[in-house]
Amino acid sequence: MSDATLPAMPVLPAPRRMGHAAFWLACAVAALAVIAVLRGIGSEYAYFAATFVLQYVVLATAWNILGGYAGYVNFGAAAFFAAGAYTTVAIGKALGLSLLPCIAFAALVGGALGLGTGLLTLRLRGAYFAIATLCLSVVLQTLVVNWSYVGGSRGAYVIRPRDVPWPFDTYGGYLCAVVVVLAAAAIAIARTIEKSRLGLGLGLAALRDDEQAAEAAGVPTLRLKLIATTISGAMMAVAGAPLPLLGSYVEPNSAFGLAYAVNAIAMPLIGGTASWAGPLIGAVVLASLQQAATVTISSAANLLIVGVVLVVFVCAAPHGILGLFKKGAR
Amino acid sequence: MDPDLALLLNGIVSGLLLGGLYAAAAAGLSVSFGMLDVVNIAHPAFMVLGAMLVALLWGATGIDPLVLSVLLTPAFWALGAAIYVAYHHFFERRGDEAIQGLAFFFGVMFIIEIGLVLAIGPEQHFADASYANVTWRLGEIDLPLRMLVPALVALLAIGGLALFLRRTFTGRAIAAVAQDREALRLLAIDPVRIKRLAFGISIAMAALAGGALVVVQPVEASSGHIFIGRVFAVVIMGGLSSLWGCVLAALAFGVVENVTASFYGPSWSPAVAFGALLLVLAVRPQGFFGRAA
Repeated sequence: MSDATLPAMPVLPAPRRMGHAAFWLACAVAALAVIAVLRGIGSEYAYFAATFVLQYVVLATAWNILGGYAGYVNFGAAAFFAAGAYTTVAIGKALGLSLLPCIAFAALVGGALGLGTGLLTLRLRGAYFAIATLCLSVVLQTLVVNWSYVGGSRGAYVIRPRDVPWPFDTYGGYLCAVVVVLAAAAIAIARTIEKSRLGLGLGLAALRDDEQAAEAAGVPTLRLKLIATTISGAMMAVAGAPLPLLGSYVEPNSAFGLAYAVNAIAMPLIGGTASWAGPLIGAVVLASLQQAATVTISSAANLLIVGVVLVVFVCAAPHGILGLFKKGAR
Repeated sequence: MDPDLALLLNGIVSGLLLGGLYAAAAAGLSVSFGMLDVVNIAHPAFMVLGAMLVALLWGATGIDPLVLSVLLTPAFWALGAAIYVAYHHFFERRGDEAIQGLAFFFGVMFIIEIGLVLAIGPEQHFADASYANVTWRLGEIDLPLRMLVPALVALLAIGGLALFLRRTFTGRAIAAVAQDREALRLLAIDPVRIKRLAFGISIAMAALAGGALVVVQPVEASSGHIFIGRVFAVVIMGGLSSLWGCVLAALAFGVVENVTASFYGPSWSPAVAFGALLLVLAVRPQGFFGRAA
């Protein structure tokens, strides 16, 4: 499973002077390499496990844009994730569209939701913002539970299309390739934001460190916050969009489950929140561990692993795995 | 009496009783989150831990669950103090509490929850008090003792806590540590010691709330989830450090939820209550009764 992302590593050695275009190209190459490796393995389980891990790469990277760069802790990651999943269910049912247009719609829905959250929580900082996003999650879940068109509390079945797009031989393989591309795009977007000279990266960091000082220094904090919540929301919804097709079934309790909210926070923290590589590393490590634990021990144990790993890391390595390496280099 | 009016009155009364349970759950958090600025997202998990222990002890001894929860408070106080020591050492001292501290308690929550599943099992546990099946009737209004007694005990405990905070020197020091820890240092009081004490009290309140919870309904390891949003909502609506604000907000929350449930069905009640909180946050971020944040 973890070898799925190894091809992404070659971009690590020389990140300093790499331009945006070169990085996007590197991500595309890495994505193609991952797809090729997975095709080489060719087992349905490898596709499933890789999809599971990579959906978390997208989710963690998306969370980090707001949580890591701007310092706004979003407890409602599950709400955005589920919004994406349910967009697929609703659009798929209403218009009969296939996965790719559904993902585009999910991005729109998630972006709108993110913008709304940003507008609603303009004046909230720290724990208040976190609680507000938690409330948002509960409200959305209640709406979905009472929306019988998408199955209500009973959940909805989504049947995988019979015909698989060329050149894939199974739908699992196609789904996995889509998620690989999404993950590569998410990472590229995150790095572009982080390194951008437009001031978003620097502005968000200023927002994180001291919002009032940033405001006083002329950083358009409000606009940056809205941009960050919108992008982050759109990407989290995109992460959730393939979910109904992965398991062929979604229901509100699991789609809005605390596991997604926790993982979205835990993965960037374990990897390191300061850079695009942190969520990637954290998601690959933690999601692989969870997938392995689900298969070998039990599904209860995988949440225990998240809990223990999270506590150990925030105590012993407050800057995540990346922080450990940076300390070693100094 | 008009049946709609009777339904409304019953909804309000049982909402108040439910609010008593919320008050019990939220009072401890009002101390840690409101006064100490420790965002203990695991508070409901401690409450469920207390409830499970009460259920097990009740099964072994048959003592009244609420008495058992009072007996558990010293142990929970010690547990809370120990956790605060770790929290202070790893986060507060370094100034990392904003995100890392939150994540720490998130992790603690999962450890407690899954620990309970692995140790006791995922099924529901209950503890029956001797009065659990008695219901007083006042005209058209039902007063089940299963709800009334825990609510009263909770309010009593909160009253005691409020007295302690207002009247005793230590209690005032706790209230002061929230406002100005440097001033406390000048008075030769160690703010860390005070916060450790207060966090212990907060967790001890969680044990009491757990006892109240297990009298009201059977409890399973993940029962805490539904309380996370609610207790934070109550504490924020109550204006953080005010215990009375917290009680009022808890009662209001219980009534809103219960009336919504009796008129529109229980599946809608979270949306109304949490939607209301979202609006409160958007319009008045410091809460109904709060000091400016």
